[in-house]
Amino acid sequence: MSDQVGTITWISGPVVRARGSRLVGMLELVEVGADRLVGEVIGLKGDQMTVQVYEETSGMQTGAPIYGTGLPLSVELGPGLIQSIYDGVQRPLPLIEQAMGSFIHRGARFDSISREKRWKYTPKVKVGDEVKGGAILGVAMETDTFEHRVMLNPDDSGTITWVAPAGDYTVADPIAKLKMGKDEKTVTMLQRWPVRRARPFINRRGANIPLITGQRILDTFFPVAKGGAAGIPGPFGSGKTVTQHSIAKWADAEIIVYIGCGERGNEMTEVLQEFPHLIDPRTGRPLMERTVLIANTSNMPVAAREASIYTGITIAEYYRDMGYHVALMADSTSRWAEALREVSGRLEEMPAEEGYPAYLAGRLAEFYERAGYVNNLNGTQGSVSIVGAVSPPGGDFSEPVTQHTKRFIRCFWALDKSLASARHFPAINWLDSYSEYLEDVAGWWLEKTGKDWLTMRNRAMELLSEESRLSQIVKLVGPDALPYTERMVLETTRLIREGLLQQNATETVDAYSSVEKQIRMLELVLYFHERGMAIVKRGAPINLIHDLPVVDTIIRAKSTVTNEELHKFDDIQKQIDDQMGQLDAEYRS
Amino acid sequence: MSEVTVQGGQEVVGVARIEGPILVVEGAANVSYDEVVEIQDSRGQLRRGRVLEVGEGFAVVQVFAGSTGLSIDGTRVRFLGSTLHIPVAEEMLGRIFDGLGNPIDGGPEPLTDHYADVNGQPINPTARIYPRDYIQTGISTIDGVNTLLRGQKLPLFSGAGMPHDQLAAQIVRQATLGKVAGAPQTEGEEFAIVFAAMGVKNDVADYFRRSFTESGALTRVAMFLNLADDPPVERIVTPRAALTLAEYLAYERDMHVLVVLTDMTNYGEALRQISNVRGEVPSRKGYPGYLYSDLASMYERTGRIRTSKGSITQIPILTMPNDDITHPMPDLTGYITEGQIVLGRELNFAGVYPPVAVLPSLSRLMKDGIGKNRTREDHPRWGAQLYAAYAKTQDVRALASVIGEEELSDVDQKYLKFGRAFEREFVNQSFTENRTIERTLEIGWKLLSMLPRKELTRVTLDEIAQYYKGDDAAN
Repeated sequence: MSDQVGTITWISGPVVRARGSRLVGMLELVEVGADRLVGEVIGLKGDQMTVQVYEETSGMQTGAPIYGTGLPLSVELGPGLIQSIYDGVQRPLPLIEQAMGSFIHRGARFDSISREKRWKYTPKVKVGDEVKGGAILGVAMETDTFEHRVMLNPDDSGTITWVAPAGDYTVADPIAKLKMGKDEKTVTMLQRWPVRRARPFINRRGANIPLITGQRILDTFFPVAKGGAAGIPGPFGSGKTVTQHSIAKWADAEIIVYIGCGERGNEMTEVLQEFPHLIDPRTGRPLMERTVLIANTSNMPVAAREASIYTGITIAEYYRDMGYHVALMADSTSRWAEALREVSGRLEEMPAEEGYPAYLAGRLAEFYERAGYVNNLNGTQGSVSIVGAVSPPGGDFSEPVTQHTKRFIRCFWALDKSLASARHFPAINWLDSYSEYLEDVAGWWLEKTGKDWLTMRNRAMELLSEESRLSQIVKLVGPDALPYTERMVLETTRLIREGLLQQNATETVDAYSSVEKQIRMLELVLYFHERGMAIVKRGAPINLIHDLPVVDTIIRAKSTVTNEELHKFDDIQKQIDDQMGQLDAEYRS
Repeated sequence: MSEVTVQGGQEVVGVARIEGPILVVEGAANVSYDEVVEIQDSRGQLRRGRVLEVGEGFAVVQVFAGSTGLSIDGTRVRFLGSTLHIPVAEEMLGRIFDGLGNPIDGGPEPLTDHYADVNGQPINPTARIYPRDYIQTGISTIDGVNTLLRGQKLPLFSGAGMPHDQLAAQIVRQATLGKVAGAPQTEGEEFAIVFAAMGVKNDVADYFRRSFTESGALTRVAMFLNLADDPPVERIVTPRAALTLAEYLAYERDMHVLVVLTDMTNYGEALRQISNVRGEVPSRKGYPGYLYSDLASMYERTGRIRTSKGSITQIPILTMPNDDITHPMPDLTGYITEGQIVLGRELNFAGVYPPVAVLPSLSRLMKDGIGKNRTREDHPRWGAQLYAAYAKTQDVRALASVIGEEELSDVDQKYLKFGRAFEREFVNQSFTENRTIERTLEIGWKLLSMLPRKELTRVTLDEIAQYYKGDDAAN
């Protein structure tokens, strides 16, 4: 299938130039050198082509051949993606390990999806049906509980002429035949899709359902909608990866695509070793059974890092097309941007800011725009939500990747080094973060919990920003100079910070808070504030409130009250009533 | 410099251009990217280099020993046809090598037919074992609050004039496999130390050599030395040569290898120099855009794999220029490594040893190596509580500097006392003091007991009941 299309004339790291055919296409997949390493054409000029190579080029020689494939860089889609771990160009890492041992050598070629494994398939169409692109032809059970909806390639349409009976099939077996115009086409469960082309849908829906992550600072304070895009920028050690892992574990999406893009090998291993043992609270199945991992660690070839983001998002879109909610984590988009920069530098392109190419913003926009809650071609609805980590050099948010990312996301979770230093996790700064989805998802909260979440959330934010103003004064004159009413604000915000915002990802009870628990906690803290304020206004000294035993109880409630025992909050509220009531009585006269 | 033997390969006489340590060689056909070359000057002296870029009829070559004395017509370049390999063998322990892996201790070349590519290969993430065994270093600020695990890469971020060398030497000397608090010490396993010096002064290398001698470990140490007066370009290879040996010892000889790399800042400067000479587009502070990937290609050569009992643990040392942690070298290092131990100038002035600035320090893997059945059940929350209390101390100190200590509330006064005691008793220990994990936990609880128990919201009530000894313990 591949003919020689050129001869290598120049090599510098992952970038290779060659001379040859003028018929090679832009972004065509090519095989480079005697080892036939995977590469992609990224520039054409006369008979010169520029290729980025997804594998290590050490030892490659000028004069070596380049072979064309006539196809763009694509991923394989079909049952078997779930529980897989791939490198940036969708090569299965476990097979590479079996074949090559513990280290990754060049020239590995494996099917991304097993051709041998059989899936229990049930057809959903019959002979004579008119089907359009994206139509669901049948379902295959990808795990014990996950229904993989086998779809027609979005570019095809026609009349069904043959349907395989229900049974066990591999992805290579025909499951249907289709008359397209004059031709008849055999359809299998496997399809290929070019990674740089977004999969089509009918139109976008309003994003008004929050992606629930069980993380209080995210769900309650800065929610992202299903189909939305969020960015987590932060200096090193501020907890980007821990936050991404928490979302990957607990988000209420049906499929998680986790892209480790230029990050640590041990982190991917942690996910690999931990997820099979963690149970999804919603399905009761191991978390691995809804997860696809893409691991292109920082020491793996840099061009494949660039591709890994597209590989991941294409897989995410494929599951979206089946009508599922998909959440995609990209850790870290900065490493991807650096891969762009490195390739751009080798091409000697004119740099824009900090050496990044001028098309950085365009590439980021393309990526984040592939998020969305959409009406699919087959009439189902599905979403892709993107959570992108950003690693700004020196923690400086004014650098290009953070700044451009901010333009294309609507939810910004700013990590803060000083919070991390004080071991306040998640170290998301509540004053620098924002979410533009608040109004959109307020209706969902009302319907789900029957409570006016938005008003309460805004009240808590108001107190927190009041705290920030007051702490400026405290820094100058000490807390004693403040009137009791203002010190009451500080008491409450301590409860908000330590009781609500801080969450321990490693503790069983605290790691995941249901929305019901979140709203009860918020309600409780605000109730404490209203009661306390009333008493303080009557002249009770603030230290009496500070010393109430219930303060400690509220702070510890996050790890003492499980998601199933929310009635315990009634007890705590009663304790507030009792203890405050006593004070109230004393100062009423 | 040791002899470099001339092997076969195509030879080109004369070079087209010499710029700093870079040669442009014309007229060579089918040169491989990254292959090793041997360069002979007009007096017959040999030096080595490698190919950085190849084009039609030309190749860009980096000369490790620098280009001093090379001439346009009098230079012969022989392309050796393979990437840079060094011999690896267990016998290399106890020996001293130059930055390219040639023996400089007067001993013979290592006898082995095992040669390995200095660039290594990335470890497949599916082949790794996630690190879980903690290393007891006997240093409270590490064992207690920034625990080091086998297979972790934990750098020391320091500054000129601070005792990072002493601290690294102390870690190397005292490191043993950690045990559950109270359990008897188990027998040590086979360990090795690989030490790589990049551009450090001879005194520093000598200091480490003496320290290894005194602790009786010298026969287990392989040293790769590229000192301050050695050719800077060689530094690009030095850590890679060291790690290549480490990989062999860990993954083929089942040893637990501790790799100390000092000083990575000098490495970064060598890389920047090459990049500048080649006219590459710089990113920050003149460093090349691929600095992150380049550093990762060394730091990621750490860890454990399923097919071997051994492990590689890395302690790179960086001096931060102007103590600036946002400088590209510490910054990008911090993004790759699993935490960092930061040394603080103020503590150093105050005479605290080791002057570990606890707040900016971090061990990412700590959570997986401590707690029940590993150290002690209260350890994780105890650590978080110490961090939170010490962070609060900093706020109180800032306030005290404005309104004066006398104006502080009672609780804040207690925090001030806690902070001082924390630095004097917990952080501070002697160069020879080897604290057990129990001792570290005990000191921590003693300090926490100086605070009112209501302030301790990170530890559980049970733990307070068991360990808290403060005035209001009874309430």
